[in-house]
Amino acid sequence: MASDIIDPTRRDFVMIASAAFAGIGGAASLWPLIDQMNPDASAEALASIEVDLEPLGEGQAITVLWRGKPVFIRHRTPEEVSMAKKVDINALPDPEAQNTELPEDAPATDKNRTKEGHEKWLVVVGICTHLGCIPKGQGLTDQKGEYGGWFCPCHGSHYDTSGRIRKGPAPDNLAVPPYKFLNDTKIKIG
Amino acid sequence: MSHPSTYEPSNGFSKWLDRRLPVLRLMHGQFIEFPTPRNLNYLWTFGGILSFCLVVQLITGIVLAMHYVPSGDQAFSSIEHIMRDVNWGWLMRYSHAVGGSMFFLAAYIHIARGLYYGSYKDPREILWILGVLIFLLMMAIAFMGYSLPWGQMSFWAVTVITNLFSSFDTIIPGVGSAIVRWIWGGYSVSETTLNRLFSLHYLLPFILVGVVGLHIWALHVVGNNNPTGVEIQSDSDSVPFHPYITMKDAFAMSLFWMIFAWLIFFAPNYLGHSDNYIEANPLQTPPHIVPEWYFLPQYAILRAIPSKLLGVIAMFASILVLFFVSWLDTSKVRSTKYRPIYKWFFWLFIFTCIALGYLGAKPAEGVYLFYARIFTAYYFIHFLVVMPLIGVIERPKPLPNSITEDVLGKGSSPSGGAGKPEAAPAAPENR
Ligand code: HEM
Ligand code: FES
Repeated sequence: MASDIIDPTRRDFVMIASAAFAGIGGAASLWPLIDQMNPDASAEALASIEVDLEPLGEGQAITVLWRGKPVFIRHRTPEEVSMAKKVDINALPDPEAQNTELPEDAPATDKNRTKEGHEKWLVVVGICTHLGCIPKGQGLTDQKGEYGGWFCPCHGSHYDTSGRIRKGPAPDNLAVPPYKFLNDTKIKIG
Repeated sequence: MSHPSTYEPSNGFSKWLDRRLPVLRLMHGQFIEFPTPRNLNYLWTFGGILSFCLVVQLITGIVLAMHYVPSGDQAFSSIEHIMRDVNWGWLMRYSHAVGGSMFFLAAYIHIARGLYYGSYKDPREILWILGVLIFLLMMAIAFMGYSLPWGQMSFWAVTVITNLFSSFDTIIPGVGSAIVRWIWGGYSVSETTLNRLFSLHYLLPFILVGVVGLHIWALHVVGNNNPTGVEIQSDSDSVPFHPYITMKDAFAMSLFWMIFAWLIFFAPNYLGHSDNYIEANPLQTPPHIVPEWYFLPQYAILRAIPSKLLGVIAMFASILVLFFVSWLDTSKVRSTKYRPIYKWFFWLFIFTCIALGYLGAKPAEGVYLFYARIFTAYYFIHFLVVMPLIGVIERPKPLPNSITEDVLGKGSSPSGGAGKPEAAPAAPENR
């Protein structure tokens, strides 16, 4: 009878084994429960889009939707381009190019934020890097902020004609998405 | 407070039940004979009012969920369907939307009451901490509920608030954005996000019910504080919960309900924002986004600080600091009534909260920003400097020896006061 035989080692083994079973099992089932909330396969599918730039006159801009995010495409005037080039990089709040196709520490020159030979085109993700509002400045009559680019009305961030943050609470320049020119008037984003 | 049970099962069934599950004995002890200080004023009715608000939100919410469709295409129109087609749908929705505001109004008064009378002090620390937890849960629930109508304010409030987590990128690059993507379930706020917010908006109120249960349990272990801050010492200091408190609570609730009803029937959208009647549009941010009124002070603190990460930290800290007031306040006296210096700072603090609320609705620029910074500074100074310091340097006024003495004046005998009807034992229910 069990009453007179006490076997601490066997009982300890059963205790430790079942605690380990519950512990490891619990921990292992935690990850699927957390990960199910991450972007799913359909959101991950790297949808790419092609945009025809032909109809865009100088000074005009359009917004296209890529991966659920607005992308600003602006046909900059020569003055806007030269304004963007003149800026002293070291004086910028964010001196990094924020171009997904360049190394992280690439400086925020206008050259690093556009494509060689297509400097008049600026393509950036149109989401304020502060808390995610859509800055104003796409429409011809929009308020464009103190630096002629975009102005975010939510908490007052000003971006310049290269989409770089100049003033206000936003920490980073508007991001440059991955894109390439298929020919002079057509780009593929993504 | 522990007290001997006088519960007598009155019929065969309750006797039978009492030996198996003494739930009636429990209710009798906690909600009929529970001793409460005889000097409680109307500020003590807000606990009951809050319980009432919670029940209203639960009932109207469950009804709304029967007709609401949490999909990107249909959420907005299903709200209009509730408003126009569903029988009494307008009443359910307006009660729920105004109910959220009334809930916060009552909670803010309830919290201010606790701060004024020192209800967070020994032995009520856990009771107070559970209260702060309830407040945090309410904020999460209201934020998620506000996303459901899927109007412009809903959409952009979700965008801005969830983006707060991206500020962690400043500490460890990539972590903040990973959290935000995890919350969104995608690369932007979408229907996927709406679905999970709905699921949680349904779940969390029931968790809240559980925490409220603990809050009331903790209250019934240590007993009510009261305007003098002096504990109950003898029978003459207290009155039984029923009928004294039940009646007073019921009367206050009726008045509260009149204001509630007036808003529902005559100004249902007064506290809301008209932009939320425009369907969510991910390509256009409204020119001026503001949260619901009850989040304005916190929003003002967020915007007062020029750094994104520090702004977020300050906003969360403004709530979290409440967890620690039991230890930040060094005074030996509970009630501010007897604290001649602290009294001024208390009202300055209330003014600060109202001022921050006003500034939170204004654009964050110029003088508004300047004052928002001053009041943000005082908000924290109040807790971190004034509370510990005044408690040490202030000489409080003399406290009454007992609650009875405070009510009836000096020389009144400590037991058998007028508040306790001597004839009560003869009443039939007390046989
Ligand atoms: C602590 C309790 C609760 C609070 C503070 C709360 C708060 C809110 C708020 C502020 C809204 C937005 C109202 C509007 O502007 O239209 C809302 C909507 C909603 N809530 Fe709740 N809620 C609570 C409990 C519940 C419960 C328990 C349910 C369901 C089981 C629920 C279901 C809904 C639904 C379906 C909506 C969308 C319909 C609408 O917007 O009117 N709520 N809630
Ligand atoms: S979201 Fe653009 S300034 Fe805050």
